[in-house]
Amino acid sequence: MDKALLTLITFLPLVGAALMLLTPRGKDNVIRGLAVATTAIVFALTLYLWGIFDPNSPAPASSVAGVGTEVCAGYDARTWTETPWIAPYRIYYRLGVDGLSVMLLVLTGLLSFLAVFSGFTIRKKVKAFYVLYMLLVTGMMGVFVALDFFLFYVFWELMLLPMYFLIGIWGGPRKEYAAIKFFIYTLLGSVLILLVILAYYFKMVSLGSPQLAFHIPALVASRPFSVPGGPTLFQHLLFWGLFIGFAIKVPIFPFHTWLPDAHVEAPTAISVILAGVLLKMGGYGILRLNYPLLPEVGAAPAVMAFLAILGVVNIIYGAFCALGQKDFKRLVAYSSVSHMGYVLLGIAILRAEGINGAIFQMFAHGLSSAMMFMLVGVLYERAHHRDIARFGGIALQMPRYFALAVVGFFASLGLPGLVGFVGEILVFLGAFQYSAWIASVAAIGLLLTAGYILWTMQRVFLGAAKPEYEGFSDCNRWEFAAIVPLAVFSILFGVLPGIILNMFSASTERFLALFNGLL
Amino acid sequence: MLHLLWLIPSLPLAGFLVLALAGRRLPRALVSIVGVGSVGLSALLSLLIAREFVVRAPEGDAFVQTLWVWMNVGGFAPSIGFRLDALSLLMTLVVTCVGFLIHLYSTEYMRDDEGFSRFFAYMNLFVAMMLALVLADNLVLLYLGWEGVGLCSYLLIGFWSRDPANDAAARKAFIVTRVGDAAMAIGLFILFTQLGTLDIQDLMQRAVREWPVGSGVAVAAAALLLGGAVGKSAQLPLQTWLPDAMAGPTPVSALIHAATMVTAGVYLIARTNVLFTLAPSVQALVMVVGALTLLLAGCSALVQTDIKRVLAYSTISQIGYMFLALGIGAWQAAMFHFMTHAFFKALLFLAAGAVIVSLHHEQDMFKMGGLRKQLPTTFWTFLIGAAALSALPLVTAGYYSKDAILHHAWSLGRAGLVPWTAGVLGAFLTGLYTFRMVFLVFFGEAKTKARHGPGFAIHLPLVLLGALSIFGGFVETPESLGHVTVFGRFVGTILPEAGTAHAALGPEWLFHAAAVGLPLLGIALACWFYLLRPRTETAGLGLDSLRRFWFSGWGFDWVYDLLFVKPFVTIARLNRSDAVDWFYRVVADLSVGLHLVLRLTQSGRLRRYASGIALGAAIILAIVELR
Repeated sequence: MDKALLTLITFLPLVGAALMLLTPRGKDNVIRGLAVATTAIVFALTLYLWGIFDPNSPAPASSVAGVGTEVCAGYDARTWTETPWIAPYRIYYRLGVDGLSVMLLVLTGLLSFLAVFSGFTIRKKVKAFYVLYMLLVTGMMGVFVALDFFLFYVFWELMLLPMYFLIGIWGGPRKEYAAIKFFIYTLLGSVLILLVILAYYFKMVSLGSPQLAFHIPALVASRPFSVPGGPTLFQHLLFWGLFIGFAIKVPIFPFHTWLPDAHVEAPTAISVILAGVLLKMGGYGILRLNYPLLPEVGAAPAVMAFLAILGVVNIIYGAFCALGQKDFKRLVAYSSVSHMGYVLLGIAILRAEGINGAIFQMFAHGLSSAMMFMLVGVLYERAHHRDIARFGGIALQMPRYFALAVVGFFASLGLPGLVGFVGEILVFLGAFQYSAWIASVAAIGLLLTAGYILWTMQRVFLGAAKPEYEGFSDCNRWEFAAIVPLAVFSILFGVLPGIILNMFSASTERFLALFNGLL
Repeated sequence: MLHLLWLIPSLPLAGFLVLALAGRRLPRALVSIVGVGSVGLSALLSLLIAREFVVRAPEGDAFVQTLWVWMNVGGFAPSIGFRLDALSLLMTLVVTCVGFLIHLYSTEYMRDDEGFSRFFAYMNLFVAMMLALVLADNLVLLYLGWEGVGLCSYLLIGFWSRDPANDAAARKAFIVTRVGDAAMAIGLFILFTQLGTLDIQDLMQRAVREWPVGSGVAVAAAALLLGGAVGKSAQLPLQTWLPDAMAGPTPVSALIHAATMVTAGVYLIARTNVLFTLAPSVQALVMVVGALTLLLAGCSALVQTDIKRVLAYSTISQIGYMFLALGIGAWQAAMFHFMTHAFFKALLFLAAGAVIVSLHHEQDMFKMGGLRKQLPTTFWTFLIGAAALSALPLVTAGYYSKDAILHHAWSLGRAGLVPWTAGVLGAFLTGLYTFRMVFLVFFGEAKTKARHGPGFAIHLPLVLLGALSIFGGFVETPESLGHVTVFGRFVGTILPEAGTAHAALGPEWLFHAAAVGLPLLGIALACWFYLLRPRTETAGLGLDSLRRFWFSGWGFDWVYDLLFVKPFVTIARLNRSDAVDWFYRVVADLSVGLHLVLRLTQSGRLRRYASGIALGAAIILAIVELR
């Protein structure tokens, strides 16, 4: 069981999709039931994985010649899977997890399960929707478990197609525009990633060890492009190629402009996945590939400073844009840009607090942004518009909804005791040790965040009850089923963040060990 | 007994959870029992623990209880842990006991409100957070409480959310204090980066060991903590939120915006007094902030028409006294004034609340009057509170605490001239605005008919707080008046005693004459203007513009709006469509344009294609040949 666990987690959604395809036309509730059941099992499997995962477990032995166990240190031996896939090119079906992947798998399991409930409002082509949704889940899970560079790329691209259709078919009025924008942006990033993959392939072939060409842990350990005396221009090219590829996903300023459009047009369930999981793939790529493959570049002082400042720009620019928005969903989208800035800032400074903070922030943002999009979705279902200025007095009409909104908004604001605080304070602590000035400028973000969050709350929820929203029903049970767990976790992991931090803190140490002698 | 310490904040938290999850389904009586009972039990437990603490003081005069480690990353390991010592015990007692009385009062005050259970849920959460703040053994947990009370303050100021003005006041309160909080957070980062811990005791010991007096880091850290303190305690330049915060229900004003939360800044500075001693320039700044604030707010209080706004400015002014005391090293006197202020200001707010409900939510003092006969209990208790606030000599708690501050300033010699002058001038203003309020509300002719007087749940807290406002001061009296030092000995284990090695500013009798005389002068003037010769204020004095200027709180709101709010909102609006996206749109438009141009060539006419190919071939051949 353990041996096949990662394969199960990755491909079980496809089994669910196959069953859906076999379901006769018109049985929409059967499809929905299948979606719930499949994602529930997948989520349960990720929890099981978390249960058996031991950050100090012995390293798995790779079956590839010339790869010692120390290369795969940190990966869980019990779930390590490795079989040749496209043998002539030494492409392997190689799956493995460390703490970072486990955390993201659990997050993906949770959110893909909860977002199914948000998808219940979809009435059009239900079967196609959930089949594509399952394909999307497979793509996301695959990205987080793949340890073969080629396989990683396959999963990375796999998730792109269903997303394109999910936005383009089930989206809002400007869905085609948003879907194409998303597609072009992401494709540009993918091309850059592919070029880097090819560069590594040819380099390893020329070095006479083609069996390692796609072996991510081995590439990280051997650093084929390293030369004494610091990073070369070519290393820089590789680094920035990967970085732009991943930065588009995060998204990092100035590559963020696909995000608000995609979010505004996407249906709620897809926005939840987009903000909760897809953006994390960018952060994951940076942590798994970009820095480990090219630590010399990442540790170069100018690069550190540049990326740290870029993170601060993200935080402040995103918050500024959020402050000016009229569309509720667009505002939440820009708040994501702002929050993901903490991830970049935390990573860029290469300190334990920062990295742990960045990873925790990915988790926290997964919860809080998913919650925010669900909250917006609930309101949109009833009002059929998202114009902030036209709302008001919702708290009086929907008190239980408002209570959940308070948790979500303040978690997003980073109130201590809620999940958003932990990542932010750790990133700030790390950033402050790196540069007091950068951290102090970033602290302006705290004010802007409070500004747009509270202003939005006031305009949407508070004020006198408006007659046009008279008789709005409070959340129904499916909406509760989707949002309440997120609210509970937002509080629980704000008070007991150690549960999450312990998952990946050993991975963070290994990550930082790559930079020994470089900083 | 001491090991039950964790229950003190947990009881109100449990009350909050019950009310938040089930409050809407519970009958009001049960909501009252949960809401008041949780804080009442907490108060009872605090008293029992205080008794044990005093009778058998724990080792080192402190008891530490760690529940769990909050997070642990790279040496940064703040715990959820409480520390009970004289200072936190004092704060805990005030928070729970005064909090209990205010909760009790609220059961009647909020009786007919549709959000009854929501109100008590927020109030219980507030008490829990406030207790976390004062009991925290490390600055990160303190910060949690600090932000937590800010959240509750936000929720309770905007409690009556139908009126957009209330919501705006709530938002303003949160954001203005957050300016201070951001500074404080940076201060915490400095402390952690430099000293490697945020445990308060360790931090203070290491600071003394590693930083010389006046060192740059100490100054920076203390200044940033001061930033947090002025935000929370509504001192210059972040005082603007408190008068607007009066939009909340009156018990909220009494509990949060008078007795407890707004004094958190005072607590923070007292708690980290070592740091401020290491940064004398910042400590002097604390004094200046306090002196300026107490005078500015006192002037503004003089001209307000809304009874709650008078009390709000008065609170700002009185906290100014506490800052002034901290600034001159009178740590004990500052905490003494905090305690008595909690009693008499809570009393004044609650009594004002009783007046307000009796007059069907009328808050304009010029529409009140003659209520002395109609609301006798309220009148007498309000009078006690007013007397304590004006520091009426000998019989009020406010006199002893204010006297302690002023006397310390007096004994500093020349260095004490500024704080002492500000202090006695402020005392004069206090007497004047306080009794202006008393005479306008309770004397003169009745302008509005009061409905039936308040009941037991309102009267009991008034009477008890009235008693505390008188007797609460007898725990510490000056040498000339019996020299009781109970309070000083109690907090002396934590807060250093004020030294008096300097030559005093002048002879002792002069001090007493001024300290007693100026408040009395203020009261007498108020009596003249508002009782004996009542007429339109400042009529004929040509001071209308000054009056408006003071009324608006010295124009701070206007300046901040102009300097910060408007530019930020304008830029954000201008950039609504995200300037960065322009670049991509231009790229896209260029591609489309190029496509349109190239499309023209695809005409489908064979002759054109043929001539095009021929022309191209000719050009290429020409290039090849002519090279």
